[in-house]
Amino acid sequence: MDARRESEPTPMTNRTTVERKSERELVVTRTFNSPARLVFEAWTRPELFKRWWVPKSMGMTLLSYEADVRVGGRYRLVFDPGVEFFGRYIEVTPHSRLVWTNEEGGEDGQVTTVTFEEKAGKTLLVMRELYPTKEALDAAGTGAADAMGETFAQLDELLVTLGANMERS
Amino acid sequence: MVQYSQPRLDASFAALSDATRRGVLELLGRSDASITDLAEKFDMTLTGMKKHVGVLEQAGLVITQKVGRVRTCKLGPRRLEEETAWIDRHRQLWEARFDELDKVVEELKRKEKVDGRKKRE
Repeated sequence: MDARRESEPTPMTNRTTVERKSERELVVTRTFNSPARLVFEAWTRPELFKRWWVPKSMGMTLLSYEADVRVGGRYRLVFDPGVEFFGRYIEVTPHSRLVWTNEEGGEDGQVTTVTFEEKAGKTLLVMRELYPTKEALDAAGTGAADAMGETFAQLDELLVTLGANMERS
Repeated sequence: MVQYSQPRLDASFAALSDATRRGVLELLGRSDASITDLAEKFDMTLTGMKKHVGVLEQAGLVITQKVGRVRTCKLGPRRLEEETAWIDRHRQLWEARFDELDKVVEELKRKEKVDGRKKRE
């Protein structure tokens, strides 16, 4: 009944939790079975970041990514066709905390805070996105995955129909 | 992008921001109840519970019906499908991203182990 969804854990991967903490804030958590410095490294080295930030299901192609990961440093992601995301780092604390702005939509974009908390060799990653208004969060996009939900729903319906036909024949 | 009706989402999220109201929805998911039942269950005055139910009703999450002197509450027709779809889209993206990040991190970990072994040799 809560505005919260969890993925089913599999033996190989940990659970990703997404929760709307308030009208303006989205919080995502995930545990990694590795020390914080490795998770931080995979996040802050551009050549590594590029390998995971744009999963296939997002349906977008990342053309280039540049990031100067230090306080005041800027980053820029360029997607096909000419869709860009950019901003600057407000806080960079090695292995524990990153804060950056999202400025592609103007000055009052969301502020993203990521914390890496290590405990017994595992790292709890918490990502918070604070939007200026609830309307901005309501409208926050998730790439081509936005449309995928509908596609899957249609596919589900088709499969149910096909299944019913099979049973009858 | 899929568009969701903004006022409805606003009303729903506002309605869900309160622990008592979430509890009421959970309870009504199991069985219908009168406002008096709900007030007792949540140890609250009738007036207080009426307010909570009013917020849920406005969001379309609960419907009430007065029979005689008793007002019965039950779950509304629209449930939480829109909210669930919204959260699901975000979860799908982040889950996919973090599963990929996991692979990169595991690779770094393996590499570090191999390098460590090499150094000791």
